[in-house]
Amino acid sequence: MTTKNILLTGVGGQGTILASKLLTEGLLSQGYDVKMSEVHGMSQREGPVLTHVRFGDKVFSPIVEAKKADVIIGFEELEVLRNLEYLRKDGKGIVILNRVRVNPIGVQNGSDKYPENAEGLISARAGKVIAMDASEEARKIGNLRVMNIILLGASVRQLGLEEIDWGRVIAENVKPQFVELNQQAFELGKSLS
Amino acid sequence: MKQLITGDEAVARGAWEAGVRFASAYPGTPSTEILENIATYSEIHSEWAPNEKTALESVIGASLAGARAIASMKHVGLNVAADPFFTFAYIGVNAGAVVVTADEPGQFSSQNEQDNRNYAKSAMTPMFEPSDSQECKDMLIEAFEISEKHDIPVLFRMTTRVCHSKSLVELGERQDVPIKPYVKNIKKYVAVPANARPMKVKVQENQLSLKVYSNNCQWNRIEMNETGIGIICSGDCYLYAREVFGDGASYLKLGFTNPLPDDLIREFASKVEKITIIEENDPYIEEYVRALGIACDGKNIFPRNGEMKPEVIRSVIYGEEYPEDDAVRSAIIPRPPTLCAGCPHRGFFYELGRRKNVMVSGDIGCYTLASGAPYHAMETTVCMGASVSLGHGAQQVFDTIEGNKMRVVSVLGDSTFFHTGINSLLDVAYNKSNLITVVLDNRITAMTGQQDNPGTGQTIQGEITEAVSIEAIARAFGFKNVRLINPNQLSEVKEALDWALGLQEPSVIITRWPCALKKQTALDKEEFKGSFTDVYWVNEEVCIGCKKCTRTGCPAIVFQFDKKKSSIDPEKCVGCSVCAQVCPVHAIQKVEA
Repeated sequence: MTTKNILLTGVGGQGTILASKLLTEGLLSQGYDVKMSEVHGMSQREGPVLTHVRFGDKVFSPIVEAKKADVIIGFEELEVLRNLEYLRKDGKGIVILNRVRVNPIGVQNGSDKYPENAEGLISARAGKVIAMDASEEARKIGNLRVMNIILLGASVRQLGLEEIDWGRVIAENVKPQFVELNQQAFELGKSLS
Repeated sequence: MKQLITGDEAVARGAWEAGVRFASAYPGTPSTEILENIATYSEIHSEWAPNEKTALESVIGASLAGARAIASMKHVGLNVAADPFFTFAYIGVNAGAVVVTADEPGQFSSQNEQDNRNYAKSAMTPMFEPSDSQECKDMLIEAFEISEKHDIPVLFRMTTRVCHSKSLVELGERQDVPIKPYVKNIKKYVAVPANARPMKVKVQENQLSLKVYSNNCQWNRIEMNETGIGIICSGDCYLYAREVFGDGASYLKLGFTNPLPDDLIREFASKVEKITIIEENDPYIEEYVRALGIACDGKNIFPRNGEMKPEVIRSVIYGEEYPEDDAVRSAIIPRPPTLCAGCPHRGFFYELGRRKNVMVSGDIGCYTLASGAPYHAMETTVCMGASVSLGHGAQQVFDTIEGNKMRVVSVLGDSTFFHTGINSLLDVAYNKSNLITVVLDNRITAMTGQQDNPGTGQTIQGEITEAVSIEAIARAFGFKNVRLINPNQLSEVKEALDWALGLQEPSVIITRWPCALKKQTALDKEEFKGSFTDVYWVNEEVCIGCKKCTRTGCPAIVFQFDKKKSSIDPEKCVGCSVCAQVCPVHAIQKVEA
């Protein structure tokens, strides 16, 4: 198979790290070669986070090339916009979009304006956009923190990875008291895509 | 068993498997996680050193005492450790020793983009350049063998992507490498000229035997495919080149890169039509290949700065362009890093930024963010510790100008003070400049992710140790004017600055309050009782919308433009109260429980 390229993008504290951990564990359980790269840089709290995940029979580069991402799992609108250049340009790129805005400091103090039509710009560029308010969905099932797992659940169908035993992957990588909640969030995400 | 781990984790694992017993480092992106992971192995004695020089020197001692030892640092750290590094190559090892340098093509978190492969060439040490995590582990184990066989430390050159990318690694067992006996050998270990001259001859001869190794080792290999393009590459560039050219090119993949393999390079050149060198930063391989009389493409077509990512290679070779969508580009706004809510640096820089006739000489840490909006209260950043000595030199010159009003305030953190700022402060004491030195003591090495340092009272393993007092150091150096203040109390900051600026002799101000992200020790909890527990709110009936509070740059403060009132995000606020002290109408108040 050709190598698949996924980007997870958001801001620190949104749970992209756990989502990419579960994603790679799931891919490994299926026997894929997997590489992953995270940009740390000077991101403190709420800094931009970008994680590259690539999988296939044999993967060389750990980073996704510009215009080659098959799927962007976007935890925050502005960060999707910032990394939209990675999305493949042939109209087959997919964006899982969380309708959530985390204002940078410039917006909070009035020196910058948050882009109004982020979703429109993303839709114009992507082949398919699956948009949801995962924070709101997470709140509905009782814990804001599982937003990341809802987005992961929404991604697996688009990635053609439904055959992986995600329930088991979650059980093996999440603290016991949160396994059921995360499995529920994952299923909810799947149903939304 | 295979595991998906980062290059840093793989190096730590490799150190453990290689039987390493001693490890020392100073934190620095992207190398920090190496020692953090080594410290999880109980068989390896691990230490955070005050700086990279002391780290490497203790590694030399550990090697001479008979234990395999490793020092890890970011690229600029090797500048600090360069002094022992060069002569370590001369005296050689007893047990194997490896120096890891983590370079930063692209400068994600560094002040420059130097290429440390030049150090190996210059010091004539063997060098490895892994491209993925498996190679990190395998090459590190081999590096200890090479170090012992050739009686020389090995430079292990990684880059950000190698350090921070995860790939599959087959784990192995720990080798039992006993401690070698130490034998007194003055001719070998005392680098005085009479001894050092033959040492240099030995190092030069070493290069010859290492060249044989370089030509024959498994780390340097030819992969023949299409012969139109022959790529010579090392480190992560191999992965990027494979990504772009696939089997459409042949490769000379180099993993052992000092000395470079002449025979292999010549053989490869004879088999392909055209040689292209793909490497990040300097034309290190390229200049060597050209010196062999082999024509090639290299930095004549590729950039010398930044990463050689697949899209960079593709655009150079195939002229592929990556036009950005204008509508998207113009909509993107920055998300700059900010001092966290509750950061103890905020109050200090808020006050300092308002001073006139002051030059603020800065340093490296979270507080370097004070150079940006809204503080603009840092005017220089060069290297670790430079704030104080650079400020010293500037103040000396300002004071020769008649009627001078300029005062220099040098600002650095606690960890940076212990790193090299301490030497600079000696310069101030000795050479009597009228400098104001401010140590922002947030009780931790914060920017690299909360590492202990000589001031925290705790080792990397969490053992209790002496908490070195910055105040006592300053007094011991002879400074008569030393003050300890709470940076969250703006009146204290203001008063201390007034006091220091009014003095005609040097002073030291220590702002002491923990980083908002620090996991506080028992001592911290006692000293800073009740810190980070309050929450503040804005009484909108009182708020006049003057936006003064937003000028503290706190990410918890949100100005509501529709209402022209400020507000505070209760989820983020940790109650430092700086905004409340800034508010002219007392609209910001503590939430009473």
